[in-house]
Amino acid sequence: MVNTGFVLSWIDYLIMIIYFVFVIGIGWALKKYMKDANAFLEAGRAMPAWVAGLAFISTNLGALEVMGMTGSGLKYGMLTTHFYWVGAIPAMVFLAIFMMPFYYGSKARSVPEYLKLRYDEKTRGLNAGLFALMTILASGISMYALAILMQKVLGWNFHLSLVLSAAIVLGYTYLGGLSSAIYNEVLQFFIILIGLLPVVLLSLKDVGGWHGLQQSLAPIVTAKGFAPDAWTTTWKYTGSSTSNPMGVEWYGIFAGLGFVLSFGYWCTNFLIVQRAMSAKSTTAARNTPLIGAIPKMFIPFLLIVPGIVALVLLNSPGKNFSLPLNDAGQPIYDYTIIMLLKQYLPAGVLGLGVTALLASFMSGMAGNVSAFNTVWTYDIYQSYIRPTTGDKAGDDRHYLKVGRMATIFGVVLSIAAAYLASLFGNIMDFLQTIFSMVNAPLFAVIFLGMFWKKATGHAAFTGLLLGFAIALLHHGLTYPLGANTLVKGGWICHLHAYPVEMAQNFWTAIFACSASAVLTVVLSYLTVQKKPDEELKGLVYSLTPRLSEESVPWYRRSVTLAIIVLVMVSILTILFW
Amino acid sequence: MGIDIKIPIGLMFTILGLLLTVYGFFTRLDSTLYERSLGINVNLWSGLLMLFFGLIMMFFGLLSRKSKSS
Repeated sequence: MVNTGFVLSWIDYLIMIIYFVFVIGIGWALKKYMKDANAFLEAGRAMPAWVAGLAFISTNLGALEVMGMTGSGLKYGMLTTHFYWVGAIPAMVFLAIFMMPFYYGSKARSVPEYLKLRYDEKTRGLNAGLFALMTILASGISMYALAILMQKVLGWNFHLSLVLSAAIVLGYTYLGGLSSAIYNEVLQFFIILIGLLPVVLLSLKDVGGWHGLQQSLAPIVTAKGFAPDAWTTTWKYTGSSTSNPMGVEWYGIFAGLGFVLSFGYWCTNFLIVQRAMSAKSTTAARNTPLIGAIPKMFIPFLLIVPGIVALVLLNSPGKNFSLPLNDAGQPIYDYTIIMLLKQYLPAGVLGLGVTALLASFMSGMAGNVSAFNTVWTYDIYQSYIRPTTGDKAGDDRHYLKVGRMATIFGVVLSIAAAYLASLFGNIMDFLQTIFSMVNAPLFAVIFLGMFWKKATGHAAFTGLLLGFAIALLHHGLTYPLGANTLVKGGWICHLHAYPVEMAQNFWTAIFACSASAVLTVVLSYLTVQKKPDEELKGLVYSLTPRLSEESVPWYRRSVTLAIIVLVMVSILTILFW
Repeated sequence: MGIDIKIPIGLMFTILGLLLTVYGFFTRLDSTLYERSLGINVNLWSGLLMLFFGLIMMFFGLLSRKSKSS
């Protein structure tokens, strides 16, 4: 057992305390503006694009991402950048240019509400219910991971860490609602960036820069049976699934990650879309994902590159670097970033690095809680429990109170979910698989809804359910090689084996999305469109007047920004081909 | 909504930057502390970077406050 414990000194704790004072302080400063449900749950739709844009990627820069991506860097090398350059970025550009005008312009307050306006009540109900359940579980999982981390790294009590972190998140989201979550996400973004930067620079310097890294990797990687540069290239070895560590061919990456998984995540997940919906104007809402895309494409250098360095360190006995092992004797790859912090950072910046990790956990949690309270208040409570009355001012006060209660309720349920996760270690993997099963069909349904006016409510509802069923079936029939639990798949029979788990995930999503799309199209032809064209205005592409950006100077137009983003990401792809 | 986030961000990074710069300055001769960071006084450098970033944020924050009030 490797000792993961850090020795933190007074300066490290002081940095942490200063950070948390600011976090709570921002919530406190916003308290007086929280006069109605709109201010609390939608941030009054007043955010500047750069604030919404940084919050947009910061919500996603949760700890599971920070820890997971560094671990993946170690396992798969630069191939992990596919999650960014072919995954996230194209999806973010698509969301910005093609989907945001409908989400924002429809005046829907949430993604489920868009489904209600475009399709019908049952489609909204299904999505809202699933979303509420999933966000609570996700926030519980991230709380659990945080408490485990604090226990192992800081030696704090598990229960105390759980309650304390929940209390901080509850504190600032209860006080300032979505605005507070968003402003804090911006703060978190900068602290994560500056907190992890020393690790990147020091670890690279230690192995002699990028070229030194390539040279040191060659013998290690060849011993594993791959080409010497397999860890430092992205597309070069994707011709066959056996010549790259990820075990996926280029078309699997392109369709699974680049299309279905990323579009399913970035374009339909209300947690993410909510940030752009809080922007102050349609142009700002469209620019939000694009502004977020610029730092997003450089995050691989912050997270993945240190992970690759860790592979070299693991194979250099003189460096005294090792990863902690789990009960089965396997290294815990997710702890790579923590071991790197310990390896390189002296007191002072170490506190900053630990604060960055804590910040990333909290941004994930607060994002989930602030999305949960909106969906709960608008899509569940207001639709099924207490609809609006004629009294506008009374309603506003009432729903603000409900939103606040939902925040407390959400945090308490998350704590319960965290304990659930601590009981079943495997449930975390299982739930993440389930999440991707729900998102892939949702993308098919929303996409058809936005671009095809014939898609009907019955078809969408059935498409969602069937897509999920197909995903489940695929997961039951196939399994990744070396899987030892049924959670990883193959619980019906072993029809097909994938070389790695990731390949299986990609194909699950591809099947789910295509099945859902085909069924929705077929059923739309068989059922009657109950919504007249008039009602679909602003919700469907062909019935919505084109957005004119002529009043906006060319350098601020979404299309200009989108082209810049795509050119930048193409250059990065070519550089690291 | 209400507050301009540039000011709290600027303030926080200025404070943290000052703290790390001062700490880095006073520990500059402590070679055991900086053995891990390959002999580089990473506190001093990070501190200066944060101080610089914090001051820039503050500057823009105060600038937009001024243009709003006038």
